[in-house]
Amino acid sequence: MATVRAREQTLTKKELLEFYRQMVLIRRFEEKSSEMYGRGKIGGFLHLYIGEEAVAVGAISVLEPQDYIVSHYREHGHALARGMHPNVVMAELFGKDTGCSRGKGGSMHLFDVSLGFYGGTAIVGGGMPISVGLALASKLHEGSRRVALNFFGDAAVNEGEFHESLNLATLWKLPVVFACENNGYGMGTAVERTFAIQEMYLLAERYGIPSERLDGMDVMTVRRRTQAAVARARAGEGPSFLEIMTYRYMGHSMADPVSYRGRSEVDLWRQRDCIEFLRRKLLGEGLASAEELGSLDAEVDLAVEAAVRFAEESPFPAPEELYSDVHSPRRADAPPL
Amino acid sequence: MAEVTYREAMSAVLAEYLEKDDRVFIMGEDIGAYGGSYAVTKGFLERYGEERIRDAPIAESVIAGAGLGAALGGMRPIVELMTINFSLLAMDQIVNHAAKLRYMSGGQFSIPLVIRTVSGGGNRLGAQHSQSLEGWYAHVPGLKVAVPSSPYDAKGLFRAAMEDNNPVLFVEHSLLYGVRGEVPEGYYEVPLGRSALSRQGTDVTVVSYSRMAHLCRQVAEKLAGEGVSCEVVDLRCLRPLDLAPVFQSVTKTHRVVLVEETWATGGFMGEVASQIMTQAFDHLDAPVVRVAGKEVPMPYSRPLELAALPDEESIAQAIRDILA
Repeated sequence: MATVRAREQTLTKKELLEFYRQMVLIRRFEEKSSEMYGRGKIGGFLHLYIGEEAVAVGAISVLEPQDYIVSHYREHGHALARGMHPNVVMAELFGKDTGCSRGKGGSMHLFDVSLGFYGGTAIVGGGMPISVGLALASKLHEGSRRVALNFFGDAAVNEGEFHESLNLATLWKLPVVFACENNGYGMGTAVERTFAIQEMYLLAERYGIPSERLDGMDVMTVRRRTQAAVARARAGEGPSFLEIMTYRYMGHSMADPVSYRGRSEVDLWRQRDCIEFLRRKLLGEGLASAEELGSLDAEVDLAVEAAVRFAEESPFPAPEELYSDVHSPRRADAPPL
Repeated sequence: MAEVTYREAMSAVLAEYLEKDDRVFIMGEDIGAYGGSYAVTKGFLERYGEERIRDAPIAESVIAGAGLGAALGGMRPIVELMTINFSLLAMDQIVNHAAKLRYMSGGQFSIPLVIRTVSGGGNRLGAQHSQSLEGWYAHVPGLKVAVPSSPYDAKGLFRAAMEDNNPVLFVEHSLLYGVRGEVPEGYYEVPLGRSALSRQGTDVTVVSYSRMAHLCRQVAEKLAGEGVSCEVVDLRCLRPLDLAPVFQSVTKTHRVVLVEETWATGGFMGEVASQIMTQAFDHLDAPVVRVAGKEVPMPYSRPLELAALPDEESIAQAIRDILA
């Protein structure tokens, strides 16, 4: 028993340090993105994940390599947590040919099929039916061995696709985990002003889906609850719904002056910061020393600097790439014409 | 060659793919227990079981989106949207997602998704069930849009759609299901993006697709009796679009009549007219003429509905006028 506990302890320490590293990586990456946006290196919309890091890191940590992720337009954190290299993510933000979507997607459209990362879609709620379909393919052809983890924001709850997706996933018992990142605002409008039922998980529960609300500032809670949901999905028991309470410290996008909420609200959430929370835990429980964390911080800083350099030095897509990838070639096993 | 109906051709080709590939399944509203609202999938549920013949809730967006997701997950789904009018509820998945995932991922995905739907009016179904909106989808790069007018083309184009690795909107016409035509026994395909010279002629080029192409062929037969020789081009596919036979025909006839069932404003034949202007202007002896639906929501009352739709007489008259 003692050995088992000891092993768990070791595993936990290693995992917690990895969680710490990933969360710091996401935060530094986002801060750097903001800076690069200010310098005109990144254009369009840029939605930062700062404040929400524990959600991506905790939830994605329980996935297997064969699993699917479908995310939304605030997805840099999910991509990095899934193991996408900061270089290719930053290069994508720069619109470079070496970006994960070869510069054709941008901040809102990160993809990596080899990691099961299916976007990066930028229509609120739009990824939900797709995650249901991936789960359907898994159930029909792979005995639900692959689980689809679907991130969406609180505002998606008001879209028809939300309801259509929850209903079908329950009806057909599909291996999908619906992870609602409730950060309190649909763009600049507070959830209280847009949604008649404040607890979203209660709504999901009415579809017969095991549902719960949980603290998104604690990476271990997110991990534990997602683990249970993923296990249910993989066991063929169908979908689960997680309402993960979180907060974005920055505006909706770089264009947002954040006139709709007070400083004190932001400060309140910052006091519960997910990185600080884990840092205190690691130090307080003697799982890591300040030096260990300091060296992880330094490692991350270097990785982010390297990502910027990589993006800077990468070429833009060649002009002829404008027309590539609109269509796939005919399937390889099709009869000859 | 066997003569079969458009419905029978579709039914047979759907069964063919269910038989030969276990990654193929069909999903849609009332396709199973009900047998399909146009009876194309009648008996399929009994034959293939409910795992592969999936009756879905009336929720078009998730039907299309789950088809898209399943295609990304390695299946070869056939999604049925009962009519093109209802497809508007799935437009987000079709236009914002299916059409773009490959491009905006830098070519990482193939999307072997076929979406069958039914277009057209003339059944006294009123304004919300009689539209021909395929041109809207043809507007979107990343989609392919097939519009068969005969049993032969329906079967051949459907095979091409299934062998393709892209989202294809396969648009059937409700008034064509009973139309008979010859269909060979063996395997053949009608490639996506190849128009057909349906009938050779020398006086005027008549361009159309779907049910209007069917009507144009009948009109051409009739006008032959009046000594008018029509060359009829059936586009068969709106995207990719093949106008080579049209340009070639214009060099011979010097006159063009474009026929479509829907409204002319923003209608697909405006694009065809524009390309003829660009490519074959010097060969034209008269302005291009368009025949289209009247610019009103479809009325229910029979005489009004008939007045709203192009018919053999209005097409014939346009042809006579351009030759006058």
